[in-house]
Amino acid sequence: MARIQDELQLTSTDATAVNLPIAGTGSRSYAFLIDWHIRVIVALAWLIGTAALLGLMEGKGLWDDLFENVGSFVFYVVILPPTLIYFLYHPVLEVATKGRTPGKRAAGIRVVTVEGQTPDLSALLIRNIFRLIDSLPALYIVGLVSVLLSARQVRIGDMAAGTLLAYEKKLASNAFERFAAPREGALDLHAVEVAQDLLQRWKSLAPEKRSQIAAKLITSQGEELPNNVSKRDFDREMHRRLVSLTHAPRT
Amino acid sequence: MPRALEAPRDDQTLAHWLRRRVPDWQRLSDLLGQQRDRADEPHTEVIELVDRFRSLGRDLSLARALMPESSLSRDLENLFLKAHEAVFRRPGQLRAQLVELFRDDVPRVFHELQASIWITVTLFVGTGILGWLLVSFNPELASLFASERMIEEVQRGELWTDDILNIIPSSVLSIQIMANNIVVSLFAFALGALYGLGTIYIISLNGFMIGGIFAFTANYDMAGRLFNFVIAHGVVELSVICLAGAAGIQLGHSLVHPGLKSRITAFRDAVKHAGILLPVVVVFLVGAGVIEGYISPDDSYSLGVRAAVGIGYGVVLWAVLSGRIWPSKRKT
Repeated sequence: MARIQDELQLTSTDATAVNLPIAGTGSRSYAFLIDWHIRVIVALAWLIGTAALLGLMEGKGLWDDLFENVGSFVFYVVILPPTLIYFLYHPVLEVATKGRTPGKRAAGIRVVTVEGQTPDLSALLIRNIFRLIDSLPALYIVGLVSVLLSARQVRIGDMAAGTLLAYEKKLASNAFERFAAPREGALDLHAVEVAQDLLQRWKSLAPEKRSQIAAKLITSQGEELPNNVSKRDFDREMHRRLVSLTHAPRT
Repeated sequence: MPRALEAPRDDQTLAHWLRRRVPDWQRLSDLLGQQRDRADEPHTEVIELVDRFRSLGRDLSLARALMPESSLSRDLENLFLKAHEAVFRRPGQLRAQLVELFRDDVPRVFHELQASIWITVTLFVGTGILGWLLVSFNPELASLFASERMIEEVQRGELWTDDILNIIPSSVLSIQIMANNIVVSLFAFALGALYGLGTIYIISLNGFMIGGIFAFTANYDMAGRLFNFVIAHGVVELSVICLAGAAGIQLGHSLVHPGLKSRITAFRDAVKHAGILLPVVVVFLVGAGVIEGYISPDDSYSLGVRAAVGIGYGVVLWAVLSGRIWPSKRKT
């Protein structure tokens, strides 16, 4: 078994390197199961829905004579669309969404090339053609074994196309606002980090402890603390002050 | 007091400097958010994007040194990844790539795969002859690839293709046939990943079946009728299946003889190289499916017309593969 490589290193021309975490068997399987359920449910819903509608229109039962001597209309309306949905779900959606099918989005992963880029059309089609092998003999056993044994945890289709699945790193559109100096006397960058961390864990900390840490942080910035207030109000006030100082959303 | 607040004076200065860079990061983030296709992007925005990406690398190094494992470093890393993607992304010129594919790449790869193509054709013809001989001398072996119903029909003097249009409409038949043939071809290609053995199996099986079926119908003096049915679509259909097989053989060769490359790299390069023929395979199989659905089963077409269609379509295939139909502008 090859040594597992957890991260893909991307390097810029000035040698700055950032690691992209590689998705393993669990995330891949999770994404696949979601995608599989979507395509099966949509394909079945189409098949049953149109068959029932045609049956009703012709005054027959759901499947009565429907699939005997299949004519063009039944083939094009009832049989072909769900077949296409089931078999072309992955290639079409991967191309349309640049490697982010609904299942992959839910698992927080996406297809990237071994250089960390969004794959082009040919790479996405190649990785889907090789599903023919990865899905053999059933239930993607070949693909699963390949993922378990390969260093980058990829199936044969990924090896062929030069792709892998990596965790999607998201960046909020206003990610850097909290670091900007909003006014005179605002927290310095280190204090923003501490305040941000404290706010994130606010609910999991005991009120007395969190108020105490927040008070230290706030006084270190030269602000005064409220007097003659109850412990509960003091705790609320500390939270309000932290939020106001960091511009962070309320937890 | 939390340790982070006790930063040395120099660090405070650097932190202050980093904080002044926030509007630049925000601007880069906005630029990435509104990114269009590279071709439509204003020149100034592209230059700005590249400049800001360079500056971001320096800021990221500084932030990492100053505050490793901090959310600022993480956010800058994420911004770096987005910008890296945008800067190093290949231009999406699908039309130009398609033109280049059919005009330059397909003839080049067809020429480079000559050896694999000859191996595949020899294998196909060889197993076809073997299938013919086996069934000619042992007629009971026909049951290996013909269903009981097919055998009974032939024994009654009918071909299973007779009156097929009374059962399935031409358009439906076309789609079923082209889907089946495309899957077989893609299998012939992809199974090359099993060191070429899968491709050899698919090509041999198809050759054996065709030889056997012809021998079986010949035993009942119906081989001519089967040939009459096959000629219009068969020339191209069998040729492109052999092409896909040749591409699969190339994959197997890359795994058996990777040369100086690692096996995975050699395999990936071979897929990229030989896979160039796949669009031709698929496009021509769509045409072959239409012919097999509309012309082959229709008795109103004479043998002459069928032969003309089959050979003519084969000539078009050869012209595309050899580059005669669209001469390359690339100097060799």
